[in-house]
Amino acid sequence: MAQYAILIYANDSAHAPQATPEDLAIHDKHAAELEEAGAVVAAFALTPRDMATSIRGDVVTDGPFVEAKEVVAGFYVIEAPDLDAALEIARRNPATQQGGGVEVRPVHSGGVITQPAEG
Amino acid sequence: MTAPGEIESAVADAHRRGWGLVLATTARLTRDLDLAEECVQEAYAAALVGWARDGVPKQPIAWLTTTAKRRAMDAVRRERVLRSKLPLLLEPDEMTDEELLEPVEEEAVDVVPDERLRLIFLCCHPALAEDAQLALTLRLVCGVSTSDIARMFLVSEPTMAARMTRAKKKISTARIPYRVPAAAELPDRLRSVLAVIHLLFTTGHTAPSGASLLRTDLADQSLRLARMLGELMPDEREVSGLLALLLVTDARRATRVDATGRLLRLEEQDRSQWDRSAIAEAHELIVAGLRGGRPGRYILQAAIASLYAEAPAYDQTDWPQIVTLYDELLTVWPSPVVALNRVVAVSMVAGPAQALFELEELEKDGRLDRYQYLPAIKADLLERSGRGDEAAIAYRRALDLTSNEAERAFLAERLARLDQE
Repeated sequence: MAQYAILIYANDSAHAPQATPEDLAIHDKHAAELEEAGAVVAAFALTPRDMATSIRGDVVTDGPFVEAKEVVAGFYVIEAPDLDAALEIARRNPATQQGGGVEVRPVHSGGVITQPAEG
Repeated sequence: MTAPGEIESAVADAHRRGWGLVLATTARLTRDLDLAEECVQEAYAAALVGWARDGVPKQPIAWLTTTAKRRAMDAVRRERVLRSKLPLLLEPDEMTDEELLEPVEEEAVDVVPDERLRLIFLCCHPALAEDAQLALTLRLVCGVSTSDIARMFLVSEPTMAARMTRAKKKISTARIPYRVPAAAELPDRLRSVLAVIHLLFTTGHTAPSGASLLRTDLADQSLRLARMLGELMPDEREVSGLLALLLVTDARRATRVDATGRLLRLEEQDRSQWDRSAIAEAHELIVAGLRGGRPGRYILQAAIASLYAEAPAYDQTDWPQIVTLYDELLTVWPSPVVALNRVVAVSMVAGPAQALFELEELEKDGRLDRYQYLPAIKADLLERSGRGDEAAIAYRRALDLTSNEAERAFLAERLARLDQE
């Protein structure tokens, strides 16, 4: 088994601070499917591009790093036996049907770091 | 009884002096900028009524702060659940509601400066878009209304309101902290605060487009901000440098255009009309700021502007000293705009031919391709070298790039005179 990161590109993230459950329904449904399939290692929905801050060199600016029509709206890491299997999962992402898309990248290393318990 | 108009002017004065402090203090309690703004607005409205009835309090700003904070407290208690829609401003430090409700003493307006500083650093955070930094600073620190800010920046009120809402949303969602930056990050963060104040001033001083060269409101607000920051951070030399730069530039405000709105060149301006007390105040700040350590860009810019302003006549300007200061400025701030301004001083020391040579080097660099002052200066240098045909081409290029009416008229006039010869 290998791990793949799936980066979701969309015009913007649906997960705005004031987003209603209806706004998020389609994404929640997809997340539930993935969870059921048992493939997800970690998943993160990001807030919209308006909330992004970028640093290039020493300069901090408002907005996403790359000025493009699409931004990374979220990402998740899945476990799959091979790329075909990963693509099969990735293509079901609602973003692919909404004018955006996904990028699948094999994970080199990493994971959630657990802090040692205190005391 | 109070005389008619007296209450209004007392409230207006408290608005000018106190808005930023009252808002900053209230925002710490609400941790919600919109709610804080609302409460402060209500406190000023209450002052109009209450002061007419009971007289103007001895400590008007303390009165306003207490009133705004009480309203905020009521609202926070009433709406604690409702307000959880948006994340709140990051808690600056642990203070109980009771401590936050303590009345503010009027003296504290001067001795507890960090409340306003917090607000200034929040509004000028580099993670916010530049236009939002300018707008938020005017709204939250200076208390300028959204409709006035929209007018100052030549956009519609809904556009400006949306810009500010977006910025506030980013402040709370991205969790931009409501605090004065720690010593390690202070130099960087202070630079962006100074840049905002300077940009407000230049926007007011030479409106980028539109009929009027001066938008005095903006220049006044930025001077007030620079003064406020100078009081809050008396040891920061660049802060006094910026104040000096604004003072000495603004001292020439009355003479920059003639009665018909025509732009006047420095050598045509009536020096007797310049504000000598502002120039003297700037001078003191510059002398103090040049002492100890390597001077920063604002002190150096102020020193240059001050040399222009202190010369008894244009042809008595200390050009060699100005070129030296520009050389030093270029080492701390290697900007092509600075290099271009240096070229003007070089032309006065070494003649237009040498200056043209240096300007053409700058042209090759390409970064000033869209900068209208480059062809304008080039045209002047060519004209002074007796190369009228080439000067006309440069004037036309400058006209293409300029949108301010007064500046366009100036360039068109120079061009017309050249064509007659």
